[in-house]
Amino acid sequence: MHPELLLWIVLFLPLGAAVLITLFTQRNRELSAAISIGAVVAGFVLSLIFRAWVGWQPEVRESAVTWLSVGSFQVDFGLRFDPLSLAMLLLVTGVASVIHIYSWGYMKEDRSLPRYFAGLSLFTFSMLGIVLASNFLQLFIFWELVGVSSYVLIGFWFERPAAADAGKKAFITNRLGDFGFLLGILLVWTHLGSLNFTVLQENFTADPQALGTLATAAGLLIFCGAMGKSAQFPLHVWLPDAMEGPTPVSALIHAATMVAAGVYMLCRVSFLINAPALEIIAWIGGITALLSAVIGIQQNDIKRILAYSTLSQLGYMVMAVGLHGPTPAMYHLTTHAFFKALLFLGAGSVILGLHHEQDIWKMGGLRKKMPVTFWTFIVGTLALAGLPPFSGFYSKDSILALAAEHNSGLLIVGVIVAALTPFYMFRLVCVAFLGEPKSDAAGHAHESPQGMLWPLRILATLSIVGGFIGIEQLYGSQFHTLPLEPSPSFLQELIAPFVHAPMAAVSGLVAALVGLAAAWALYARATEDPLPARLGALSRWMRDRFYFDELYEATVIRLHDFIATIAAWIDRWIISGVAVRGTHGTVELVGRALRLIQTGSLQTYAFLFAIGVALVLYLALK
Amino acid sequence: MTVGLEHYLVVSVMLFALGLTGVIVRRSVLVIYMSLELMLNAANLALVAFSRFTNNLDGQVFVFFVITVAAAEVSVGLALIVALYRKRQAAHVEDLRTLKL
Repeated sequence: MHPELLLWIVLFLPLGAAVLITLFTQRNRELSAAISIGAVVAGFVLSLIFRAWVGWQPEVRESAVTWLSVGSFQVDFGLRFDPLSLAMLLLVTGVASVIHIYSWGYMKEDRSLPRYFAGLSLFTFSMLGIVLASNFLQLFIFWELVGVSSYVLIGFWFERPAAADAGKKAFITNRLGDFGFLLGILLVWTHLGSLNFTVLQENFTADPQALGTLATAAGLLIFCGAMGKSAQFPLHVWLPDAMEGPTPVSALIHAATMVAAGVYMLCRVSFLINAPALEIIAWIGGITALLSAVIGIQQNDIKRILAYSTLSQLGYMVMAVGLHGPTPAMYHLTTHAFFKALLFLGAGSVILGLHHEQDIWKMGGLRKKMPVTFWTFIVGTLALAGLPPFSGFYSKDSILALAAEHNSGLLIVGVIVAALTPFYMFRLVCVAFLGEPKSDAAGHAHESPQGMLWPLRILATLSIVGGFIGIEQLYGSQFHTLPLEPSPSFLQELIAPFVHAPMAAVSGLVAALVGLAAAWALYARATEDPLPARLGALSRWMRDRFYFDELYEATVIRLHDFIATIAAWIDRWIISGVAVRGTHGTVELVGRALRLIQTGSLQTYAFLFAIGVALVLYLALK
Repeated sequence: MTVGLEHYLVVSVMLFALGLTGVIVRRSVLVIYMSLELMLNAANLALVAFSRFTNNLDGQVFVFFVITVAAAEVSVGLALIVALYRKRQAAHVEDLRTLKL
């Protein structure tokens, strides 16, 4: 048996589960959940086996079947396995497994549970497709599939208009980015003559000027796709609204699938993007990181705070890609997947314990009532805040070190964000978990069942150790010819950032501590938010997300409505009016005229008939 | 004077024209029907005349067939007229305008 067969099975298991649930087991809740969970856990186990079988550097790097060929143009449906895709495969199946298991506890009461698990499996399948895709076309198809499944899951509670709208918004915003992505793919294809990543890289290495003057444009167009999927400014507006979906779905979108896809794709094709485009990408990442961290400070919904923190961390990753550093980007993506999934699942546990209360100002005092949730949440928060020895510190530090090396402007942005992150996260922790209960629901909160707590414990462990298990070296072996050497001892690994780039590490750490201290000073005993009084209008701007939704409403959507009105007018009066009604009217008019001949009188017919015969005879005999 | 083919044909044409006029102008279905028979027989006359003057029996054989079929047609046609009368209480063409919308 070929080892790559395992990967084909891993890819198609979740699809099989989704199909099976949709077609056959809609009425059986337990069976549906079991199929879906089983598929993804089996996928994780098989990925581990594959990894153990071939190692991180498999010899055969592609396994493909010809999918369609038109003339000389041929598209394969193939799997590509290299350190990047293998690590991502383990990450996706692993985190998705944990989230699937958690979902069973969280969604047990929901009446559409089978539909939920079918959507979850489809989502996992789409993401695995992106991870394993060997060419741009395949990547794009799965890319769109991720969009579709996100629509299905964000709008899962479609009876609520807000959820239905959020699903639509996510899909349309993503499509907007995907349009640019498709143009970018076409541009690359016309200039380099292939869609396959390996061939592209060979062609590009052979002739770096192949894209000519359009190189920057191609890079930015491809980035458009990532901008939509990874929710970068200015297409970031869909991600906070996506919080309308069930909490495990948010965890899945934010950690393992969807938003990770954009960064992953950028790293996959980073060789195509030239320096000017990377510069712009880095700045967009920096702006996103800063902007959403600032907005996150004044949000009151527990899930929205986490959503803005995801945006901010994605900004970091994109910035790292833009600074010629796919390794730190993927490193941060991986650790972020651990602790962000942890934080979302923790938030889900809180929301469930409080009977769907999401306002942090109505929580409080949960430390005693939900100890496991509290301690795992603290671990996630510390990791996100970037405090050593948690994983977030190491990955964030690698990005800051990169910024210190290449672009001091972005280093400042990065350090400011590093200070803001612990601020809003500890604001959340202080208000929601510490102090006295601020509402009845919080007073009667209860810990979640074990089925939901074990995923939290697993993810908390990963969040703690994620910095030392050689993730960076693994990605390094993909992007550098010389793999990074792991530090010889654990202690040296622990202090490695301070040795390699002391400036970045110290400034990041100091920023994190400052943010933490500020949050503690302001919120440790607060019963209401002191910031609106101190910051005034600025705080209102933060709370209202700098009015981006309103701005888009006033500009893009207005313009769109205007164009739509014109199109509707043309459709109604030109196409429907002149073309369709015109044809129909002419025919009807002729019909009405001809109907006058139809008198119904037998003798008229006989007379006309006789005249006709006479005429024919005359003409025939003449 | 000798009676030639032309004379027969002229009689046949006159009969045919009479029949046609009857079909077009008379109002009673029964009379129209009789006029139709007249037209058939005008054709028969022409056929027989041709047969006689060209020494070819084909025409006469054809006439037998026409007469036979006409007899069958008369029975069907009269039955239709009777049925129509029973249903509509009318045997005038002006009353039979259901073909018109």
